[in-house]
Amino acid sequence: MSEKTYLQAISDGLREEMRRDQRVFVIGEDVGVYGGAFKVTLGFQEEFGAWRVIDAPLSETAIVGGCTGAAIMGMRPVAEMQFADFISCAWDQLVTVAAKQRWRAGTPVPITVRLPSGGGFSGGPFHSQNPESSFAHIPGLKVICPATPEDAKGLLASAIQDPNPCLYFEHKHLYRRIKAEVPDERYETPFGKARVHQEGDDLTVITWGAMVYTAEEAAAQLDGDGVSVEILDLRTLIPWDKQAVLESARKTSKVLVLHEDTHTGGFGGEIAATIAEEAFEDLDAPVKRITAPDSPVPFSPPLEKAFIPQVDDVVAGLRDLAEY
Amino acid sequence: MAIREAEPLGSLSEVREAGLDREDLLGIYRNMLVTRGIEERGHILYKQGKIPGSFYTGRGNEASSVGVATALGPDDVGTPLHRDMGVHVTRGVEPWRIFAQYMGRYDGPTHGRDGNVHMADANLGLIAMVSHLPAMLPVAVGCALAFRIRGQDRVAVGWYGEGASARGDTHEAMNFAGVRRLPVVFVCDNNQWAYSTPTHLEYACEHLADRAQGYGFDGVVVDGTDVLAVYREAKRAIEKARNGGGPTLIESLTLRMEGHAVHDDAFYVPKEMFEQWAKSDPIERFRTWLQEHAELTGDEEDGITAGVKKLLNDALSRAEESPLPDPAKLTEGVFATQEDLDTPHHK
Repeated sequence: MSEKTYLQAISDGLREEMRRDQRVFVIGEDVGVYGGAFKVTLGFQEEFGAWRVIDAPLSETAIVGGCTGAAIMGMRPVAEMQFADFISCAWDQLVTVAAKQRWRAGTPVPITVRLPSGGGFSGGPFHSQNPESSFAHIPGLKVICPATPEDAKGLLASAIQDPNPCLYFEHKHLYRRIKAEVPDERYETPFGKARVHQEGDDLTVITWGAMVYTAEEAAAQLDGDGVSVEILDLRTLIPWDKQAVLESARKTSKVLVLHEDTHTGGFGGEIAATIAEEAFEDLDAPVKRITAPDSPVPFSPPLEKAFIPQVDDVVAGLRDLAEY
Repeated sequence: MAIREAEPLGSLSEVREAGLDREDLLGIYRNMLVTRGIEERGHILYKQGKIPGSFYTGRGNEASSVGVATALGPDDVGTPLHRDMGVHVTRGVEPWRIFAQYMGRYDGPTHGRDGNVHMADANLGLIAMVSHLPAMLPVAVGCALAFRIRGQDRVAVGWYGEGASARGDTHEAMNFAGVRRLPVVFVCDNNQWAYSTPTHLEYACEHLADRAQGYGFDGVVVDGTDVLAVYREAKRAIEKARNGGGPTLIESLTLRMEGHAVHDDAFYVPKEMFEQWAKSDPIERFRTWLQEHAELTGDEEDGITAGVKKLLNDALSRAEESPLPDPAKLTEGVFATQEDLDTPHHK
């Protein structure tokens, strides 16, 4: 084990897959000479050469479409969107081509698209979004949202080896802020298996990505009230660990779903609906959602603070639930 | 680098130089007949109510699709579109499976999950198209990228139309292919009508092949009703790509001889245009050439025609016996398993 940042864990995981599997290549804007906008692929081109670490023109459609063709020809491409927001330019390639190709034509598309997502740095409306639920709605795509350095490495290895198009959302606010022990050897973290970030008995928070840490800070404040909070980190939205969610809901009987994505149509709605359908009798309170409001991501700090769920918002939500 | 207009192929000796012997020529003729025969029978099936949804044909495009596909090597790949039935036929798809696909039966290449020419047999080196036509060009470029990374001497062909030329995917695909000099050939089936939209409302340059220069590679305009000219240009472009010479844009000029789909009577196409292009029907034209230059006899011609007729009649009977797909299996295979990767390409 070694202590690593979330960003270092992604970088190490990617390098390790490229070393052991000649089929893996990286393509994106500024990923080669520059090492990527966030330096995830720093030094990769020196090690693997310009045809395995490909500086692409500013062409998200060609990047993702190109990965699709290369994957069908037996490669294991890893595309980097410079920011998750830019995936809108490649929507058609993911949703129209890659997602449906196995089902309708029997041609699997094993690609991984890395998506630096999330806000907290005044990135504004086009460098801060969390578009995971848009893709979770598309049959045929897998959606991965690691929260810890250990998961960041293991889930990336799983995504690259998975025979499907995988959207790997790496939260920018975790890149250098979060450090933890990461196994040195190669491992794959399975999809669809939630992680208990902390155990608790009175309330459950279901979340993923950077909100895991917001939930952790909020739960620490509830500790002082004598309320014990369980935090479930979903790790992957497609597939998602329904069983673990229902088990925790049945255990604590009070559930808060927390995400940084906007409210309406967010994946939290799917979780809340499933709990209502399958664990209604076990609930002692309505399922609560804390999310970003239904607006674009704002630029100015006070606006962004109002947009992204804060620790205080979660504390208030948890207290409401505890008192219900 | 400037755009070039291809010459027609004259004599049998020129054709031999281009790599075709007499058997190949008869094979091309047969593939063109099979292509048109499949679509003519499809039309009848549609009118009989046996084809759900809509129905599209590539009448007038047989020389273009068969000509390019004939120039492909066995390990080359492509992304043909809905006017390119001749590509599937030339690569060897069994016609009964196409009829099954038309009728939404289980034995069609998509097992009833998609219709029309939205199909391909990956074992034949083809990738199934989507309705968003130019979306397949980046995919073809990606195939070429894989070949380039692995240092293989394989080539990818991406098809599109003059309508699809107006979309951004086309630009991104060609620009990236040009920048990296990838082994890909772009074939533009310019059939002059994108549904009801004429060429002057799709592009403002004289020829779409002119655009190749802007991407740093060669463009050529070829008469898409002349199968031998199409073949020669495709062969040149494919071998150039194979030898590291980068992409080529081939603009194959034809006329869409029917409506956009079966429901469309194409009232907006001037009658004189149909009459003029009917004079250069690709199949008639090639038959005449074979008679004049390759001593095609009446007996040979009758033998080929009868063989095609039998092939298609048998195919139709077999397709009608194919079962409808099982609704209980609708959601199977939304996600691939590792076993699904056991294909000639994914390995």
